[in-house]
Amino acid sequence: MTTQPVRFFQVGSFAVGNRLLPSGDRTVQSDADRTNSLDAGHRACQGCGEALGARYAIDAAMRATAGRLLVVNATGCLEVFSTPYPQTSWRIAWLHSLFGNAPAVATGMAAAMKVKGKTDVRVVGQAGDGGTVDIGFGCLSGMFERNDDVLFICYDNEAYMNTGVQRSGATPPAARTATTEAVGSQPGNVFGQGKDLPRLAMAHDIPYVATATVADLHDLEGKVERAMQIRGARYLHILVPCPLGWGSASSDTIRVARLAQETGLFPVFEAEGGQVTAVSPIRHRTPVEEYLSLQGRYAHLFGEHPSLDVIARIQAIADHNIARYGLDPGEHDDAGPEGGRP
Amino acid sequence: MEPPFAITLDVGSSRANHTGSWRVERPVYVDRQPPCSDACLAGERVQQWLYQAEPGDYEAAWRQLVEDNPFPAVMGRICYHPCETACNRAQLDEAVGINAVERFLGDLAIDRGWELPPAGSDTGKRVLVIGGGPAGLSCAYRLRRLGHHVRLVDSAVALGGMMRFGIPAYRLPRDVLDAEIERIIALGIDVGLEHTVEDIESERAEGAFDAVFVAVGAQLARRLDIPSGDSARVLDAISLLHRVADGDPPQLGLRVAVYGGGDTAIDAARTARRLGATDAVVVYRRNRGHMPAHGDELDEALAEGVTVRWLSVVDRVDPGRLVVEKVRLDDEGFPVPTGETEELAADSLVLALGQDTDLTLLERAPDVAVDDGYVQVEATMMTGEAGVFAGGDSVPSQRTATMAIGHGGRAALGIDAFLAGRDATDPPLAAPATFDRLNTWYFAEAPRTRRPELERARRVSTFDEVVGGLTEENALFEARRCLSCGNCFECDNCFGVCPDNAVIKLGPGERYRFDYDFCKGCGICVAECPCGAIDMVPEEI
Repeated sequence: MTTQPVRFFQVGSFAVGNRLLPSGDRTVQSDADRTNSLDAGHRACQGCGEALGARYAIDAAMRATAGRLLVVNATGCLEVFSTPYPQTSWRIAWLHSLFGNAPAVATGMAAAMKVKGKTDVRVVGQAGDGGTVDIGFGCLSGMFERNDDVLFICYDNEAYMNTGVQRSGATPPAARTATTEAVGSQPGNVFGQGKDLPRLAMAHDIPYVATATVADLHDLEGKVERAMQIRGARYLHILVPCPLGWGSASSDTIRVARLAQETGLFPVFEAEGGQVTAVSPIRHRTPVEEYLSLQGRYAHLFGEHPSLDVIARIQAIADHNIARYGLDPGEHDDAGPEGGRP
Repeated sequence: MEPPFAITLDVGSSRANHTGSWRVERPVYVDRQPPCSDACLAGERVQQWLYQAEPGDYEAAWRQLVEDNPFPAVMGRICYHPCETACNRAQLDEAVGINAVERFLGDLAIDRGWELPPAGSDTGKRVLVIGGGPAGLSCAYRLRRLGHHVRLVDSAVALGGMMRFGIPAYRLPRDVLDAEIERIIALGIDVGLEHTVEDIESERAEGAFDAVFVAVGAQLARRLDIPSGDSARVLDAISLLHRVADGDPPQLGLRVAVYGGGDTAIDAARTARRLGATDAVVVYRRNRGHMPAHGDELDEALAEGVTVRWLSVVDRVDPGRLVVEKVRLDDEGFPVPTGETEELAADSLVLALGQDTDLTLLERAPDVAVDDGYVQVEATMMTGEAGVFAGGDSVPSQRTATMAIGHGGRAALGIDAFLAGRDATDPPLAAPATFDRLNTWYFAEAPRTRRPELERARRVSTFDEVVGGLTEENALFEARRCLSCGNCFECDNCFGVCPDNAVIKLGPGERYRFDYDFCKGCGICVAECPCGAIDMVPEEI
C-alpha cells in the first residue's frame, strides 16, 4: 500500500491558526495576546486592507524585536484614520512625520538610537504607495543608498485613497481613478510600467527586499521576521486592497489580494543583495478576468461590450510576471505550506 | 499638568470611538449540519468525532462516536458509508475516508479495552427487546444508558442477527462482532437466547414489560417457483450464509449460479468462490445501472473472479445446467422476456431474491398495522399499539445494518419519552453546511488514504478479512482531511482577518466572540471562514 507521512498542516493549513501546531509555531496573529499595534476604533473604511496589513506587519515586527520598536508614519490614509486628534489607535511608539520625509525621519531615529547606544531598538518606516513611490521616493532612495538600519514598509493600495482616489505611480494600467477617468479612447490609467518599487529597491542592492499580500499571512509574517534579522536598509512592499478605491466588496478584500497573487499580476518574492532568492509559486493559476471583474475600477472593461484587447494586455502583464519570477505552479514540487515556512 | 501650546484635549485611545455603529449587517457564529452527519443512518455526529480524532485523542473520538453507535468496529467494516457519498470534500479532491477512520477507532477500542459509558441510574421501567440483531442491540444499549431494565431475547444460539448469520466472515470477522456485542451486554442486559416469542401480547403481560421493541429482522428467504428437474440443487442465499456461519457449509459443486442482484447475491457468490467454486455466476434480470447491490461490493466480487450474466432470468433448473432466458428493459426499466434462451452449466442454483419478515408474533396484536409484510411505524418507531415499537428490517427501510442501528437508537429515545409520558420531538436540525459556504482555499491538497486489500489470489480461497485497517499514521492523516463543514474548528481565521480587532479569542475549546462595539460589518470573517460557520444577518433598525 502507499502511505503518506502525517503532516501537521492538514486541517486549516493556510488559515491564520492551527490548533494542532505547538503554540510557538503558530502565527503572531493567532495569538490572543498579540500586540494589536493598530487597535479598534480606527476610522478606516469597512474591510480596509491597509488597516489589516499594518497590524499584520507591525505585530510581527513587535514580536521579532520583543517590543523594542519605533515606527514612523508618513501622511496618508493610515495616518489619518488612525490618529484623528486627540485619539490614537497605535499601541506602540509611533511618530507621524510629513508626507514625503518618513524615510529620512526614520534614518534620523535609527541614528539617534545608535548614538544613545540603544542598538536593540529597531526602526520601521511606513507609508502608502503615494508616500513611497511618488512623494517620498527621494528620501527613500537616499535611505537605501546610505544603507541605514531601517525597515521601510509600503502598504500599496495603488492610488491616493485618502484624498479621493487619485492616480499614483503604483496605479495599474486601465484602472479608473479620479484622475484617470474611464472615458475616451483609452479609458482608465495608461499602459506602461508605472513605478515597480520592489525592483527599484533591488536596484539599490540593499540587503533585503520582499513583496507580500494580506492574503498570505504566514508569508507576510515570515518576511517581517526575516527582515528584522538583518541590519541595514530593508524594503517590504505589501499589497493591501482598498474597497473604496478599487470598488470591491468590503468582504472581498482578502479574496482580491489572493487573486492578485494567483493571477500573477502581483508577484510575491524576496530578494537579498539585489538578487531574487525565493518566490511564492501560484497555487491555482487564475485568468486575470476573475481578479478584474471583482473591482469597480475595471468595470469599463466588462459589460455588454467587453474590452477583450485591454484584458488581453493585462493578461500579458501577468504572464510576463509569471515567466520573469518563475511563479508557475508546475515549476515547483509542492505549493503547500510544508514546502516553505509554516 | 498644563497642556502644551494649542493642545486643549487629552490624548486618548481610539477605543472611545465605537465604530460598531457603522454596521448594517452583523456576523453571527452558527453551527450547521454537516452532510456526513446528515447522511448517517445510524445518527452519528461524524464531524464531531473526526474533530476529536484530529489531535490524536482517539479515546475522546471513540466516546463521541459511541454516544450514537455502539458498533464502530463493525460499522467500519460493513457500513456502506453514505457519509462518504455526501462528504463535501469529494467536490474538492476525494471524500474523507470516514469509514476507515471509524474502523480504526473501533479496533483500537477493542485492543485497548475501552468500556462503553455506564448504564444510567435505575428508572424501574422494564423493556422487552425482541431480536438480537443490530436494531435490537442498539436499542438495548441506548435503553440501558437511560437506566431502563432490558430483557433481550433472540431465537438463535448467539446474538448478532444478520451481522452474524448473514454477513460473511471475510467482511466481518466474528471476534470483532463478539467483542462489540459483549461490551453492550456488560452494561447489564438480561439476555435470553434460543427464545422465540410466539405472541407479543402474552409475553409482554407475563414479563410485566412497560414497552416492547420488535426487531425480528427479515429472515425468510423469498422463493420463486422455477420449474426444475429431479435432484436439481436449489437453495437460498440466507440458509447458505447461515450454514457457512455455523461452520456447516453445504455442497455447492464447482459451478454455482446465484439468482438475484442485491448485496446478498454478491455475498453468496463470493462465499461460493471461497467454498471452492471455480465458476460463480450472478444471474440478474436487469443491468448494472439498476442493480441494488452496492458498487464497491460488486467491484470486489468481480475482482475475485465472480462473473455476472446481465439481463437474464432463470427459466428452468436441471441437474448440472440452467436454462436462462434473455430479457430486455422497456422504457421504464422493467425486464421484458425475449423468448431467446441459452444453457448455463451450473451444479447448483442459489436464490437471493430478497427476504420477508416472520410476523406471527404480532397476529394477536390487532393495533399493530402490517402492510405488505412490513410493520408500520411512526417517526418515533412506535406502532399503532401504545408502547410497542418496531425497527430494523421488519419496518419499511433500506434494510442495512446501519439503518437498523439508527432505528434502535431512535426507538430507544421514543421508548424513553413514552415511559416518561413525554412527546418525543426531535430538536430541529441545523441548516445544512453546503459546499458553497466553504472557503476551500485554506485546506491543503491531500488525497485520500486507501485501505490495503488482501491479495486477490489469496482471498478467494479463505474467509480471511478482505479489507485491512489503516495504520495510526494514516488514520490520523485521514481524520485531518475533514473540512469541518459548518462547525468552527478554531482555525483563528476570523480572529486574524478582522481589520478592526472586533473578534475576541476565548481560548482552546471556547471559540470566539464578536465585539459588536467595534465590528463594522465588513464581512471579511464570513468570506474567509474555511468551514462556513459564520452567517451575515441584517441589523434590526
